[in-house]
Amino acid sequence: MSQTVQTSVMSMSDGQSESPVVLGLETRNIHAWFGKHHVLKDISLKFPEKTVTGLIGPSGCGKSTFIRLLNRMHEFIPGAAMAGQVLHDGHDIYSPEVDAAAIRLKVGMVFQKPNPFPAMNIRENVLSGIKLAHLKVADHDSIVERCLTRAGLWKEVKDRLTATGGSLSGGQQQRLCIARSLAVEPNVLLMDEPCSALDPGSTLRIEETIKELAEKIAVVIVTHNMQQAARVSDYCAFFLTDGGPGYLVEADATKKLFTNPGDTRTADYVQGKFG
Amino acid sequence: MSISPGLQATPEARELSVIFNRADRIFRRIVTAGALTSLILLGLIGTFLFVRSAQIFNDRGLKFITGSNWTAGSGDGVIPDDFSIGPMLTGTLLVSLIALVLSMPLAIGGALFVEFYATPGLKKVLTTLLDLAAAIPSLIFGLWGVVFFSSYGERWSDLLNSRFGWLPLMKVQNEVFGRSPFVAGCVLASLITPIITSVSREVFSRTPRDLVDTCYALGSTRWGAIKTVVLPFGKSGVIGGAMLGLGRALGETVAVYLLLNIVFRYNFRILESEGGNIASLIALKFGEATEYELKALVAAGFVLFLLTLVVNIVAASIVERSTRHR
Repeated sequence: MSQTVQTSVMSMSDGQSESPVVLGLETRNIHAWFGKHHVLKDISLKFPEKTVTGLIGPSGCGKSTFIRLLNRMHEFIPGAAMAGQVLHDGHDIYSPEVDAAAIRLKVGMVFQKPNPFPAMNIRENVLSGIKLAHLKVADHDSIVERCLTRAGLWKEVKDRLTATGGSLSGGQQQRLCIARSLAVEPNVLLMDEPCSALDPGSTLRIEETIKELAEKIAVVIVTHNMQQAARVSDYCAFFLTDGGPGYLVEADATKKLFTNPGDTRTADYVQGKFG
Repeated sequence: MSISPGLQATPEARELSVIFNRADRIFRRIVTAGALTSLILLGLIGTFLFVRSAQIFNDRGLKFITGSNWTAGSGDGVIPDDFSIGPMLTGTLLVSLIALVLSMPLAIGGALFVEFYATPGLKKVLTTLLDLAAAIPSLIFGLWGVVFFSSYGERWSDLLNSRFGWLPLMKVQNEVFGRSPFVAGCVLASLITPIITSVSREVFSRTPRDLVDTCYALGSTRWGAIKTVVLPFGKSGVIGGAMLGLGRALGETVAVYLLLNIVFRYNFRILESEGGNIASLIALKFGEATEYELKALVAAGFVLFLLTLVVNIVAASIVERSTRHR
């Protein structure tokens, strides 16, 4: 099966250059373990720049583990192990000389629950990544404005940048978190169910933001919401588990996956017959 | 259905109240009784101390707090009774502050190590050990201080004095470095460090995991995450732990009694071989006190009682203030 996956994923990058180096992320035969527990089996996918890829599948199929492998967050869990390669702009992020913190600057992450730093105001939240990574930046104000604009929040908060993040609504907080991860200028943004704690209006707002972000960078989004995957993603990857490690059923252009999937299980899942 | 104008008037409001069922009522009575008992006990202790010592405050007034003599009279009036606790009061604060200043960095560093740097196996062992250490009786620390630590304490004092002797705090009149507030403070610090560490670790471990993860996802080091998220989150808890430790240090009797030359003279030179605190004063004088002296000792106890109460109220308000804006 992984053969068909490979070819169908290859076709993703048709519109891109023919060079073998994918700008963005690429995984090759990724496996993951928690201790002895094999949770993810043989995943090969590409996430080129200027695309949105949705990761879909029922709970427990390893989507979140997979996404945390992409920026080396997996290793914070005691007993975590992996096999295979994750290539960022063509370089293996798991090779021994690589600094994990430097990788996380290029591969940003937005979490499920909006979580602005409580002790900081809006402006400080946006700039927190720059401070944490000790980046030298000349013009803080323009970064704050640019990141908040890209996250679609600038107009709403430009007159109260010194208010605490907690004073914003849930949807605004999540956009603040997106702005925060943009400040260190990643070229890949990982989003782990970013809208599952938000109301429908805020969700749409975030989806617009995601589409605008994809004009420049690669976005990988885990979602349980089929409509969201259909609305926001260019490509989709469907994960499944039969009780053992999670595996990839198929990956393809979203339109194809939703209308004419190659596997009946995909058809059943996207039509809501299980999961 | 037509709406007649009369029906549009606002109806009279009915007051709503929660009605407890039987089980809830019984349980509420039990917990209320529990809460009241400790309050009443506190009140009774305070009242008892005050009533038994009222005569002292009446006789001596403010001089009881500020004076620096503790002399039992001859009984026939030739040498009058002269009881006051000034040096003991400042000594209490001095020794406790030394202990707190020494133990805070140790406790915070230790808690961060156990929570964020120790391997899972080591973390389990250390957590248990810390809680055990917090429960060791102070007498054990006092004995350890006398038998083992004091010789080190003297050497450290000598060193501090030779380097920083120009500071008023580090001056000495006699070149004797044992049994000083510094030595007692060191032992008290080792006594209260486990408690503060234990409380701080507990608070640090409650830091929301996704906030820490967010720091890492922003390219932060572990220290960056600690500084940005863990310390601000744990601040009020650490202060709470420090106040618990301070409370123990303020009331510490045996360890100070064993480790300090109790001298009735105001002393703020921490390396000087004299000092004292209220609790050890009471322990020292209690056995052979006259009836009037006993009252003075109870009065000293009352002052200590008020002092710890004030410290706790201040601590509570600090904690309150630092958590409010979240």
